[in-house]
Amino acid sequence: MRTDAYRAVRRRVVSATMLTLTGVAAVLTVVPLLLILWHLLRMGIGALDLAFFTHLPAPPGEVGGGVANGIVGSAIIVAVAALIGLPIAIAAGLFLAERDGSRLATAVRFIADVMNGIPSIVVGIFVWAWLVVAMKHFSALAGGVALAIMLLPMVARTTEEMVRLVPRELGEGGFALGLTRWRTTLGIVLPAARSGILTGVLVALARIAGETAPLLFTTLGNNFWQLRLDRPTAALPLQIFQYAISPYEDWHRQAWAGALLLIALVLAVSIAAKFLIRSPFRER
Amino acid sequence: MTPYASSDPVAALPGAERGAPSRVARALGGGNVADRVYGLVLLGAGLVLPVLFAFIIARVGAAAWLAVRSFGPGFVTATAWDPVAGRFGALPFIFGTVVSSLLALAVAFPLALGLSIFLTELAPRWLAVPVAFATDLLAAIPSVVYGLWGIFVLVPWLRTHVEQPIADRFGDAIPLLAGPAYGVSIFAAGVILAIMIIPFISAVSREVLAAVPRTQREAALALGATRWETTWKSVLPFALPGIFGAAILGLGRALGETMAVTMVIGNRPEVPSSIFHPGYTLASVLANEFAEASGDLYLASLMAVGFILLGVTIVVNALARLLVWYVARRGRAA
Repeated sequence: MRTDAYRAVRRRVVSATMLTLTGVAAVLTVVPLLLILWHLLRMGIGALDLAFFTHLPAPPGEVGGGVANGIVGSAIIVAVAALIGLPIAIAAGLFLAERDGSRLATAVRFIADVMNGIPSIVVGIFVWAWLVVAMKHFSALAGGVALAIMLLPMVARTTEEMVRLVPRELGEGGFALGLTRWRTTLGIVLPAARSGILTGVLVALARIAGETAPLLFTTLGNNFWQLRLDRPTAALPLQIFQYAISPYEDWHRQAWAGALLLIALVLAVSIAAKFLIRSPFRER
Repeated sequence: MTPYASSDPVAALPGAERGAPSRVARALGGGNVADRVYGLVLLGAGLVLPVLFAFIIARVGAAAWLAVRSFGPGFVTATAWDPVAGRFGALPFIFGTVVSSLLALAVAFPLALGLSIFLTELAPRWLAVPVAFATDLLAAIPSVVYGLWGIFVLVPWLRTHVEQPIADRFGDAIPLLAGPAYGVSIFAAGVILAIMIIPFISAVSREVLAAVPRTQREAALALGATRWETTWKSVLPFALPGIFGAAILGLGRALGETMAVTMVIGNRPEVPSSIFHPGYTLASVLANEFAEASGDLYLASLMAVGFILLGVTIVVNALARLLVWYVARRGRAA
C-alpha cells in the first residue's frame, strides 16, 4: 500500500538520485578535459626545447627540428585577420547596438548568428575560390582573409552585447552636454565598454589562432621561412596537423609539443579574459 | 532601446523646421555632416555581413555548378566516389556526417543537460565557478588538438575497451554493431564530436535556464516539491524550446566540424555497414582531397560537397537561433 510517508520518502530519494546523476554528468564532462591536458603535458613537454621554438622543421629522423616558422607565420596571419576584420566587426557591432529595433538590424543580427555557424572549412574553400584563384598563389593574405571572415560575426556580436550593457544615462549625459552623436558614441560609450569589447576580441583572436581548416587551402603551409604576404606561409595548427597524421614518431612528439603550445595560448587568453572583464556595469 | 537617445537633438530644437535636416540625413544620424558620415560608416560596416553571406553562398554555388549540371540530383544519392573514373556521389559523406553528428548529439545532449542543471540549480558557488570555467576551456580547445588526442589516446582506447567488446557480444545479432573494430570509425568520430559539443550545448542551456523566472521555482517549492521535481516539472518545461535550440546549435556545430573528425574517422569513401567501421564526412573529404583535386569535374564535385555542407549548416543554425530567440522573447514577456 502506498502510504503518504512512503511516497514522501520515495520522492526525496528520486530527487537525490537525479541530482547526483547531474553531478555525474558534470564529472563526465570535465574528465576529458583533464585527460587531454594531462596527455598534452606528458607527451609534449619532452619535445619543448629551445630548438623547438627557434628552428625550422627538420626531415623525419633528424634531431633539432622546430616550429619557429609556424609560430611566426601564425602570428602574421592572425595579425592580418585582425587588421582586416576588427575595424569592420567593431563598427558593425556599434551599428547593431545603435540601430537596435530596426528591421535591418534584426536581419543583420540574425545573419551574423547564422554566419557564426558556417563551418570553417567552407570559409576556406570560399576564400580559395575567390582569392587564391584570382591571385594564382596560396598566400598568408588569403589565410588572413579567411580568418577575418570567421572573426567578423563573432566580434560584431560580442561588441554589440558589450555596448548595450552601457547605461543610457551615460550617452544621454553626452547629449545633454551638447555633443554630437558620433562624439558621444566614440568618446563616451565606447570607452565605457572598452574592457568588455577587448575581452571579446581577445577570445575571438585566440579562437581563430587555433583554426586549421580555413588555412588548409589558403595558406597551404611552408617548411621554410617565408614572410611575404602573397606566398604560402607556415602556420602552427597546420604543422600540428601534418605531424599528427604522419607516420613518424619524432614528428608525433612535435605535434604534441605544438598542441601544448596552442593550448597554453588559449589558456592564457581565457584567464586574461576573466580578469579583464572588470567593466563596472557588468554584474559579477 | 539604444543606450543613448534615439531622438535627434538637432531636430528637437525650436525653429528647426526651417532648414531642418532631411529625413535621410536624420536617419543617418543627425543634422551635421560628421554625424551623417558616421552613420554611413556604421551602416556600411553593418551591411558587410549580409553581403559577405550572400557572396559566400553565390561563389560556392557557382563553383559547384558543373557538378550539379553533370550529375543532377542523383549526386546526393550516388555512392561511388571515384576520381579516376570521374564518378562522384555524395551519399557516403552525407551518411557519415549525419550519423556521426546524430550519435554525438545522442550522447552529448543528456550529459550537457545534466551539466547545465547541475551548474544552475545545484552546485554551490565554489564548485560551480571552476566547473563552468573548465567547461568554457573545453569549448576553446582547437579542433586539431582534439584530433591529435583522438588519434593517439581515444581511438586505441575505444577500440580495445568499447568497440571490440561490443562487436564481439552484439555484432552478430545487430549488423550495425558488427566488427572488426578498426578504431578509426564513425563511432569514434561520434564520441569525439560529443566531447566537443557538450560545452557548447551546456553554455546555451545555462543561459536559457538562468532566464527562467525565479517565480517558477519558488512557486513549485512553496507547494512542497522536491528540488528535482521543481527542476523537472516547473523549470525545464519552461526552458525546453530554448534547450532544444541549444541542442540543434550543437548539432550544427557537429555537422561542420572538420579537423578532429578527419583525424579519427578513417576516411573511407563508402557507406559503412557498421558504426565501428571507417567512414567519411562532408567536411573531411574537403579537408583531405581539396588540395589535390585535379580536373574541373573533381573540383566542382568537391565544391558541390561544400555547398551541401553549407546549406545544411545554414538551415540547422537558422532553426536553432529562431528557437533560442523565441524562448528569450517568452522569458522577457513572462
